[in-house]
Order: sequence, then C-alpha cells, then structure tokens
Amino acid sequence: MAELETVIGIETHAQLNTRTKMFCGCSLSFGKEPNTQTCPVCTGHPGVLPVANAEAIEKSLRIAVALNCEIAPITRFDRKNYYYPDLPKNYQISQNYDNLGVKGHMDLDVDGVTKRIRIHNMHMEEDAGKLTHPESSNADFSLVDLNRTGTPLAEIVTEPDFRSVDEVRVYMETLRSILLYIDASDCKMEQGSLRFEASISMRPVGQKEFGSRVEIKNLNSMKAVVGALEHEEKRQKELLASGGKQDPETRLWDEVRCKTSVMRSKEGAADYRYFPEPDLPPIHISQEWLDRVKAAMPELPRERRRRFIDEYGLPAYDAGVLVEDRAMADFFEATVGLVGDAKTVSNWVMVEVMRRLNEQGIVISDLKVTPENLAGLLRLLKNKTINQTVAKEVFADMIESGEEPEKIVERKGLKQISDGGAIEEVVRKVLDANPKAVEDFKAGKKNAQQFIIGQVMRETKGKANPGMVVKLLKDLLG
Amino acid sequence: MPDSRLKTARELRDLIADRELSAVEVTGQFLDRIEQVDSRLKAFVTVDPDGALRRAEQIDKQIASGETVGPLAGVPIAVKDNMCTRGLLTTCSSKILKNYVPPYDATVVSRINDAGAVVVGKTNLDEFAMGSSTENSAFETTRNPWDLERVPGGSSGGSAAAVSACEAPLALGSDTGGSIRQPASLCGVTGMKPTYGLVSRYGLVAFASSLDQIGPFARTVEDCALLLSVISGHDPLDSTSADLPTPNYLAHLDEPINPLRIGVPQEYFAEGIDPEVEAAVREAIAVYEKLGAEIVEISLPHTKYAVAVYYVVATAEASSNLARYDGVHYGYRTDRESDLVEMFCRSREEGFGAEVKRRIMLGAYALSSGYYDAYYLKASRVRSIMRADFDEAFKQVDVIACPTSPTAAFRIGEKTADPLQMYLSDIYTISANLAGNPGITLPCGFTRDNLPIGLQLMGTSFDEENLLRVAQMYQKETDFHLREARL
Repeated sequence: MAELETVIGIETHAQLNTRTKMFCGCSLSFGKEPNTQTCPVCTGHPGVLPVANAEAIEKSLRIAVALNCEIAPITRFDRKNYYYPDLPKNYQISQNYDNLGVKGHMDLDVDGVTKRIRIHNMHMEEDAGKLTHPESSNADFSLVDLNRTGTPLAEIVTEPDFRSVDEVRVYMETLRSILLYIDASDCKMEQGSLRFEASISMRPVGQKEFGSRVEIKNLNSMKAVVGALEHEEKRQKELLASGGKQDPETRLWDEVRCKTSVMRSKEGAADYRYFPEPDLPPIHISQEWLDRVKAAMPELPRERRRRFIDEYGLPAYDAGVLVEDRAMADFFEATVGLVGDAKTVSNWVMVEVMRRLNEQGIVISDLKVTPENLAGLLRLLKNKTINQTVAKEVFADMIESGEEPEKIVERKGLKQISDGGAIEEVVRKVLDANPKAVEDFKAGKKNAQQFIIGQVMRETKGKANPGMVVKLLKDLLG
Repeated sequence: MPDSRLKTARELRDLIADRELSAVEVTGQFLDRIEQVDSRLKAFVTVDPDGALRRAEQIDKQIASGETVGPLAGVPIAVKDNMCTRGLLTTCSSKILKNYVPPYDATVVSRINDAGAVVVGKTNLDEFAMGSSTENSAFETTRNPWDLERVPGGSSGGSAAAVSACEAPLALGSDTGGSIRQPASLCGVTGMKPTYGLVSRYGLVAFASSLDQIGPFARTVEDCALLLSVISGHDPLDSTSADLPTPNYLAHLDEPINPLRIGVPQEYFAEGIDPEVEAAVREAIAVYEKLGAEIVEISLPHTKYAVAVYYVVATAEASSNLARYDGVHYGYRTDRESDLVEMFCRSREEGFGAEVKRRIMLGAYALSSGYYDAYYLKASRVRSIMRADFDEAFKQVDVIACPTSPTAAFRIGEKTADPLQMYLSDIYTISANLAGNPGITLPCGFTRDNLPIGLQLMGTSFDEENLLRVAQMYQKETDFHLREARL
C-alpha cells in the first residue's frame, strides 16, 4: 500500500473581548446565572433589530491584518438559517459572501523549519447560547441558557495545509499568542473563548485529490485537539491499510476514553439559505481605517522572538518564553533599555518574576515591581553594592512593597561589605571557631569551603562580598 | 361637551392643551364609540380602557400643573397589533403569538407616548401583515365601515377601519406592499407610507425587512403630517433608519407647490382597473390641473415585474424573519411533541395560518441552494432597475399620481379562493415599497355603491415635506375626506 499522507484543516472560533455583545448592549462575562445577561435583541424577540458593535469590527480587522489577509473594501453580514434551540432567531448573523479577510497566511516555526499555513478566510459572526442536557436518559427536556448568545466571534478557517499533528499544535499556540498580543480575545479555552474544530483526511502521497474528510467535534483543549488528531490519524491509517473505506463523517472526541466515534455521516452539506442581512448596512473599510489599524499593530510574537534572539543574543528557548506574554516581553525590554545586560535581565524575569506570578496567580501588570525597580536592583548588583543573596532578599521586599531597591538597601543596611579589613576580621573569627573545617579545607574537601563561606555569610547577615571571602580564604589557607 | 369624534387630532390636542376639553373626556368618548361599534366592526384585537384612561389622567394632571405637553397630548391613537407595546398583548393577529406580551416598546410607540398620545388599543391585521383584506387574521375579519359585508383592505385593515369609523382620530399601520395605503383607500381615510428608513422599524414585528415601514392613518393630511413628524427621524436601535433628525412636516404644509409637475404613469391605467376607480382618479388629477399643475404622461416601464419581484424578495426575507416562532422561547408551543424537530414543526403547523405558511415556503424555496441566484439575486437586481425607473421619472416630474387600488372594497370571501388574485390588489402600491419612495393615499371619490376610492401620490425619497404639501392642496379643494361612514 502506498504511503499515506495526513491532511488537516483547522477552524477556530475566538470570542472577542469587547465590552458588549456583537449586536446589542448586553455585557459579556463568563459564569453568570443563566439567562441574566440577555435582552430582547439577543434573545430574538419579535420586532428587534441588530446594531453592529464597532469595537468588534475593529478587533476583527486587527485579526485579519495579523493573519495577512486581503481585506474586503466592503464587507457585509449574511444570515445563516438553521433551527436550533440555542439560536433564538433560528438564524445566525454571520458572513458568507463578503468575508472581512480572505487569502491570508501564518508562518509557523516547527522544529526549526518554517511552515506556511494559508488562511482561507476570517469572518465575523455571533455566538449561540448553551444547551445543557440532563444526565438521565429518560429526561424529556434540555435546558437553554442564552447568556452567550450574541457574543462576538471571529471565525478563522485554514486551508487543509497541515501535514502533521505537530504543525497543528504549533499553529494553535501561535494563533493564541497572536490573538492575545493584539488584544482581540482572552483565549481561555476552558471558558470557551477559544474553540477549535479539526478536519482530517488521508491520501496516498503524491495524489492530488483529497481523501474523505472526517470532522472532529468536542475538542475542549489544545491537548484534546492533539490527542484526537493523533488518534484519528492512526485509526484512519489502520482502516485504509486493512482495505477499509473511509466515508466523510463527523466524529465526536471522547476525552475520557480517548477515542472518536461517529456522530453523523456528512451525506449532504446543510443548506443554510444564506442571503445578505437586510437589517445591517454594508461596512466600508476605507484605506485610512486600514492604515490606522496596520500602524497600531504591535510587533507580533514570531517577529519579536526573532528580534530578541538577534538583537539581545538570547537563546531561542529564552526568547520564546519571554515573548509568550506581550506584557512580559514589554517588561523585559523596558528593563533592558534601562540597564542593558539582556541575559541577566532575562534570567531574573524568567526565574524570579515568573515564579512570583505563578505563585500568586497574577499577571505582570499586577506586579508592584516596575522595570525601573528591576533595573535599579540589577544596577546595584552590577556595581557590587549588593551581592546575589542580598539581591534576592531585596527583590522579595520589592514584590511586597513596590519600594525602590536603593531605598530598601539603605533602610535595611544591606550594602555588601567589601571592606577588606572587616571581612578579614570575620573570616579569622570563623576559622578560629571551626578548626575541623579548616583541616578539611586544607585537605581539599569541597564542602569545607562552602561551609566556611556559609558561616561568614551568617556572621555578616549575608552581606560579605563573596568574591573577597573566597580570595581571602585562599590567601590565608592556601 | 363637543363631539370629539369629528375633530381632527390637531384640534383635539389644542382643545385639551387649552383645557377646553379634558384628555379623560376625549378618551372616554372614543372608548364609548369603540364599545358601541366594534362588536360589528371588529377593528380591535385588544382594547385597553384602563391604560388609556390612566394615561389621559396623567396628561390632564401635567397640563393642570403647567408642564409642557407633547404635540399629541391627550389624542387617542390605535396601534396595529404588529408593533410591540410593553405590557400590552401583541399578537400580530396570529395564533402563534396570541399570548405574547412584549417586554419592551417599539420606538414609534415610545415616541407617541412621549408626545402625550393615549393608546386606546391594538388593531387587527392580516396575520403577520401578510394579506390585502384582513381576512387572514387568525381571530376575526375586520369589516369595512362603509359596507360591513366588505373588506377594509389589508394588512392594516383594523387601523384603517378604526379611523374611518371614528374609533380613534389617529392610527399607526405598517406598509410592506401597500398595507397602509390600500386599506386607507378602501376605507376612505388618509394613509401614508414614508420613505424606507424614515421611521424606525425597531419593535415592528418584521415581515420583510427591506420593505416594511410604519406610517400614519388619519382623516386629514394635516393629521398625517402631525403624526409622521412625531414618529420619524433617526433611531440608533435601527441600523436601517436614515441619519436624519426628526422633522416638522406641519411648518409649511399649507403652502402650495407652484410650479407643480404631476406624472401619470401609463402602466397604472391599463387593464384590471375598475372604470369607476379610473374615472375618480382622473377627476382628481384634473383638480390639480385646475390649480395650475402640469400633467405629464410618464412611463414606469418595469411595473409589470413588481408583483413577481415582491413575492420573491418579501417572502424570502419573511421565511427567515418568521423562523424564530418555534415554540421554544415565547408564543405558542404544541402539546403534541415527541422530539425537538416535531415540536418545531407542529408548533408552526398549528400556530401559523395558511397564507403565512404559503409565503414561508415560497421564500425558503427562493433562497434554497441552487435557486438563490435565479430567484432572490435576480429579483434584487430587478428591484434596482425599478428604483431607476422612479429616479428617471422624478427628473421629469415632482410627484406621481395614480390609483391606490384597482378596485374599491370587495366582498368578504370574494378573493380568498385565488391567492394570486389577492396579490394583484397591491399592484399599484408595491413599486413604492420596492423602490423605497414615499406614497400617500387621499379619498377622491365614491363608487355607485358608496364605496371609497383613493388617489395615490408618490414622491421622491425623503421628500415627505413636499409630498404632504401637494396632498394638502387637494384636501383644501375637496371634502371626500370629511365624509363619514354611517354605522
């Protein structure tokens, strides 16, 4: 049997983090009491009309630009007609004929190789509500919560350009990071503000026609996407290898059992009877508007990572970690701007800063420490006013109080002791009190030096200049 | 106490503001009238005496304490039952909404309330505004005050009959293919469809989104101008409402237009028109000629496609607009359901009348895959061509004059056997909806059987001020609009 090639396409729905819903003034937030965040418009009462959310259009435009799409000079909404209880009007206001962005692309770095994924289109639409089906199978009802109805969505559809599950993983991470960078969505998959759907098929290598497409639903995390696709890839390969035939299908991913099962066969595409939304006028995207959006685009993560490697000489891994969160990368760059020494700054940010953020479950904007503060601390270290141990102590204080490091050092009297005489006095005292250690040191036992230095630090409350201590020991003990 | 019934809204408002009459007295008189005649007329679906008198009392109090009150203060008004009134049943004359009480007011309702008007009740219509006779109402067929065995026209039959029978001096209706103008013509009152976009549609239960407009019914052009001034103007809740401030159509109403060129479209006087109707309309046009107007023969060459285009575009939009009536969130839900799809289907099967179902099916078909280009898209393109017809015509003339309806009121049941026959009743009104232009109908005569005949005037988009002035010229010369039906 000819070798099989995996072909995957990904459809993403991102909820935009706007102040209000796509077509009405209801606010957005997750986890409210059912049916409390609604109004006659988003619940489709008789007589209501939609009004397009300008902020949503602006953020959608940002997404289209970030994905290198061709932007429609006139973009329109269309009605997608189908019946379902989570869709109160029984039509969704979406886009079909004049999508906001088409023919875009995203470049990914997959194991050192650049892979370009083409974006078929990016368009705007409104979200539906949520249905809850009771556990018991004899229940003759389902519950409808319309809080989510009308939430602005950006839908991003790729061409079937993925050839491995790993590429999909990188795509999801990259897309998520872009959406966060341009402040279009809060991308919380666990809250449903970022959702992925995957389609996968197999074909013999070299064949032009695609194989039968299998759509996978119920992917609630990136891990699920990867797991489901790997499972599907294996299942389809085995099916085809054993002479079986794959029909176009929709399959449901079971997170617990880690397998997919048929939901329905894709016999014919549903007829959504798309037609232009008569209640909303077309949107003219002027060149001025587009230029403004382009000018306001931040440096995107991939470009920024490259620049961190080139400009600051950071290793790829470090650069990757720093650019993941835009605010973190901003913090890093601001600090480097003040004190230079990118590598040291990067270590402090990646270790000390990030540890605190994780411990306290906060984001960098919540941190009391500013780039100025951190720069100040590193300057004190650099000119040896304090040593590494003290620096960490001062940093802990800065986290608590937001006080400037110079003030803390002053207040607590933490300046490094670099007075040769003072150090010698303490060293001699320690040596006299620990004759065994002296013997071990002379015998070459590594631990002895650490022990003696430790004792000196204890005596000086950590303030002794460690370099000087080591030198002095060498001088005194050989 | 002077009889309020024959006074115009403007007169009533001034009498109430001057405290010569109280709003409560006036409202009481109209409520009495409704009680007296409506069991025979069936113009109202819901009458709200308590709400009306409470509002009237409020107005009287405000006037007594010297507060300024609005231009409709104390004037009773009837509202077609497809416009949402908070807390008051809004049924669209359909079984599927027979228990629907809206949680909000339509914008036009807010505006008339703010202007001090007293809503006396909700009037009957063809179900979901689909029809030309009010026979499609799921409840009752409203009668024509001029002959109770005849239809009042539709779909705003209830509003037209209410004003005609003096149950209220003003009424609001909606016009998608002629649903204000045709019943106004058949009932001998003045009715107007504004330019598409002049009046907010927020709160008007949608039939065809790109065609629907709300407009006034009254006994005089002046009262129409008064009511139109209150309800017009930009509404941020309706993205299709024109970005224009609320105008004052009374300011120059009595100033005649001179010179005036009136276009008479040859296509509107071809076959199908009743000879008595034609005669009355031509006489009306002659009145303008006597006033110095130049009468110009014009052509609106694509008129013959109007009904076909309308029944593709309107039904397509309706099939989508009416999808929400599914028994899930509000309105009628069947009790014979076994699963979701069955619940949807049975609720709609049982809740909708035959004409509504007919149009939904037509519309869904026109939008379906494989047919969208041939029907909906094609119809939209023809619509643009028809708009161009009007633009061309208005280069040569200021106003277009023609019949409103090819016949006077027909008998109940006369046209129900053949829906297509019924559709043709709208032949003279539909083009204005497709093109977006405003149109007004004025009583211009009576048939041998004493049935009203209407003259229609159509104007350029957003030029209601001049259209009303031209209309006013006619009502100053004639008194057809002052005649009263004997009930």
